[in-house]
Amino acid sequence: MFDEEKINEIRKERERLENITLPKWMGQRLERKSEFRNHSDMLIKRIYTPEDIKELDYMRDLGFPGEYPFTRGVHATMYRGRLWTMRQFSGYGTAQQTNQRFKYLLKEGETGLSIAFDYPTIMGYDSDHSMARGEVGICGVAVASLKDMEVLLNGIPLDKVTTSMTINGPAAMLLAMYVAVGDKQGVPREKLGGTTQNDMLKEFFAQKLCIFPPKPSLKLVTDIIEYCTRHLPRWNPISISGYHIREAGANALQELAFTLYDGITYVESAMERGLKVDAFAPRLSFFFASHNNLFEEIAKFRAARRLWAKIMKERFHAKNPRSMWMRMHIQTSGCTLTAHQPLNNIIRVTIQALAAVLGGTQSLHTNSFDEALCLPTEEAVRVALRTQQIIAHESGAADTIDPLAGSYYIEHLTNEMEEQAMNYIQKIDNMGGAIAAIEKGFFQKEIADSAYKYQRETDEKKRIIVGVNEYATEETHPIPMLRVDPKVEKEQVAKLQKLKRERDNRKVNEVLEKLHYATEKDENLMPIIIEAVKSYATLGEICGVLRKVYGEYKELIVI
Amino acid sequence: MQSKRKIRILIAKPGLDSHDRGAKIVARALRDAGMEVIYTGLRQTPEQIVETALQEDVDVIGLSILSGAHKTLFPRIMELVKQKGLTDVMVFAGGIIPEEDIPEMKKLGIKEIFGPGTPTETIVQFVFEHIPKRT
Amino acid sequence: MTKIEEIVQGVLNGDRRSIARAITIIENNTAETQKLIASIYPHTGKAHIIGITGPGGSGKSTLIEKIIRKYRQKGKTVGVIAVDPTSPFTGGAFLGDRIRMQELSTDQGVFIRSMATRNYMGGIAKATKDAVKVLDATGKDIIIVETVGAGQSEVEIIKVAQTIVVICAPGLGDEIQAIKAGMMEIADIFVVNKADRENADKALMDIQAMLQLNNKEKAWKTPILKTAALTGKGVLQLVEKIEEHKHFLEKELERKRSREKAEAELTEAIKEKVATSIIEDLKREGKFEEFLQKILEKEMDPASAAEKLLNERFRKQV
Repeated sequence: MFDEEKINEIRKERERLENITLPKWMGQRLERKSEFRNHSDMLIKRIYTPEDIKELDYMRDLGFPGEYPFTRGVHATMYRGRLWTMRQFSGYGTAQQTNQRFKYLLKEGETGLSIAFDYPTIMGYDSDHSMARGEVGICGVAVASLKDMEVLLNGIPLDKVTTSMTINGPAAMLLAMYVAVGDKQGVPREKLGGTTQNDMLKEFFAQKLCIFPPKPSLKLVTDIIEYCTRHLPRWNPISISGYHIREAGANALQELAFTLYDGITYVESAMERGLKVDAFAPRLSFFFASHNNLFEEIAKFRAARRLWAKIMKERFHAKNPRSMWMRMHIQTSGCTLTAHQPLNNIIRVTIQALAAVLGGTQSLHTNSFDEALCLPTEEAVRVALRTQQIIAHESGAADTIDPLAGSYYIEHLTNEMEEQAMNYIQKIDNMGGAIAAIEKGFFQKEIADSAYKYQRETDEKKRIIVGVNEYATEETHPIPMLRVDPKVEKEQVAKLQKLKRERDNRKVNEVLEKLHYATEKDENLMPIIIEAVKSYATLGEICGVLRKVYGEYKELIVI
Repeated sequence: MQSKRKIRILIAKPGLDSHDRGAKIVARALRDAGMEVIYTGLRQTPEQIVETALQEDVDVIGLSILSGAHKTLFPRIMELVKQKGLTDVMVFAGGIIPEEDIPEMKKLGIKEIFGPGTPTETIVQFVFEHIPKRT
Repeated sequence: MTKIEEIVQGVLNGDRRSIARAITIIENNTAETQKLIASIYPHTGKAHIIGITGPGGSGKSTLIEKIIRKYRQKGKTVGVIAVDPTSPFTGGAFLGDRIRMQELSTDQGVFIRSMATRNYMGGIAKATKDAVKVLDATGKDIIIVETVGAGQSEVEIIKVAQTIVVICAPGLGDEIQAIKAGMMEIADIFVVNKADRENADKALMDIQAMLQLNNKEKAWKTPILKTAALTGKGVLQLVEKIEEHKHFLEKELERKRSREKAEAELTEAIKEKVATSIIEDLKREGKFEEFLQKILEKEMDPASAAEKLLNERFRKQV
């Protein structure tokens, strides 16, 4: 970007400043810290100059939005054309309650739904299973059968609203229920739009909500990719997620590298299934976390897009530019929220959301300020949504594309992120891939070490968390809290048991037997699972068949 | 000759949630403070937790829960602790437990509840100070 | 009753709290420890003790869980001691082996205890051995001792267990090398776990080649088995092999005892025959009567008389 002569001149001037002027000045007053580092443990310099990006080639490394390597964004007009999707993750209690929350959010200007399921659903247990005691409807909505899904989506036009479902182990079953509701509404399948998270790999080392062992899990993921490619062209079959990797304790760099590696693994698996890369890759989507270090996060998002484009082009020989797109959903970070002085979280969320927008996201969830304490109240959710709207309409951040491009610091950090992520990718390649790395505990160890380091630094006040280890106050400001009524569990269990009595049980048994057979035969299970949910076989029953054939996964503990 | 009594502690995760970051960090800090830490892994029933505490003859049980099911699971755990005669075992908890639930949980016999943002040092110190005496 | 007597009584009655306390006393190695062990010792010796070792990542704990389930199906009770290393720097330890066996923790026929290696004088073997005695005395039919990694502890397992199972898995790379180096000699049974993996056969062949050398001189030829702990494949065969080894040991012991017995009987028989024939000769020659008189007249004691008689006799023969 700069000619040799100019760089030399800058270097000379910088050296003069550092060797002559600054020592005099610093003799009297030292800097705040002996060194500055970001969360990814990268050393941050006092100042960045053209020297730090002297190799940068505009067309090669940045280009234009909507064009390879997509560093500046995946769309040509970005937010000038259309704002990102404001998608608030929500769900609690019964399907009925969550349905009301959805309608409220849509009325308030939300543009897409995002369903949070309760833990029994996530783990593939029916609400009346013994492991579900005390958990029904608590951290999300309970969906045990198509009956619940029908109530949940009642009055919501599935050809107009897109829906994201945070579901992994039982992704196939919940997608099947969604398809079944669509069928009932008379919406053609090619019009159903939305996303299933369906990213099992990260479950094994980060989120740990696993039902089946890695191999059959990857098989199910690939079933969904294959099915969507053939039948649900507007559905994103997978949301390759770094968010949970980050929440489990990874730093930004690890989040980036491990997520991309998971992506590589899914592409390989789908290609092994006989799918052409350009047939499915355009619908792969990604999901990242956004933390408080503004510039580090922005650089991470930009590097992610560029690196993925290169991987798709060079490693998988994709031809369609859309296969090289990295479309991303971003959520502000849950683990940065503090239970102390909860209102401070509004400011944290604002910074994180701004990073997501400056990083060029396609979709955003902003956390509510009370989430370190409980499920968000309606008021807290509204503030979170308003935060996005203020950034969109008042800050001007959405008025030009990739406004931080060309910043010496940002471009340097973007390069650094890309380079170091590539090192990780090579390391995992050498280990024999993602599953081998999981079984060796490689990801787990990396994440555990980062989490421990972060906590140590916080404990030692090397890292200041406002209101927690500094500026703490004794008095607490109670905030209103949302509690799920314990009656919810009883009601849900009663409803489910009624369903189990009243449905055509002969038909259910038949279809479950068919499912068992198909599972052993290693067929694509999507069609038969759709048939099963339509017969009102429950989630627990369907997962039960698969548990029998595949076995259950037990975590590998690494601290 | 080794004769100093080692502190043995069980870190247990009841509930279906998978947020084990906190539990593991605490486990690691307690280990680094010289204790023997037994970790149960995720999703343990109250019965499994208390049986494990009994077999491992621990001095302390630390419960970590973020799923919101503490109001169902903690009473059951404490009931079993009493039933199995583990009266000289100290129990503390951590995770997301609303302020207003804390008195009720303490009444069950849970010695202390640590919310998010508690420095690990505080927890380690607390454990050292509250090791039950053994006859 | 003293506290120790109470605990011993509890152990013998199968009281789980007492078993746990007894192991703690052993671990803490206090003045009471010796007394405890002495009291339970007479009640031990009935259990079969299986040592299971292998590098991290080989799937040991998962396999052990499956083995326990097989023994439970046969109606056997099982005790487990899972050993993990103590940090030499902090003295603390993270004991996570039982995670994979947690479903069994509420089975009253199973008792699982984690032990840290601590810094025992004389190595981990002693404390483990004593903890095993507690489980033995309480009536567990099968006791499994699990040790981890490629350090020293798994070689010490030979002092504790009767049947040693060494586990490895394909794709562990360096760890396999460690097995080759140290554990080949101690294995009674070798297991390649995760045998559904692509490169399992290669690992199997590698080990087989080395075992052949090792097996040459041994009465028990160490077999190599394939398992897939996750699905339970091969576990039944493994348990059968363990039982076979147990029978082998029993036969060995029996053979050893029979040999000792036969030896004693033969010695006795020879002694008798030789003595009778010599005495008959002496009587015939009149020597016997001659020396008998000397003894009666107190000229000689019987021992000296016998010595003299035999000396004369054998000198003559030579």
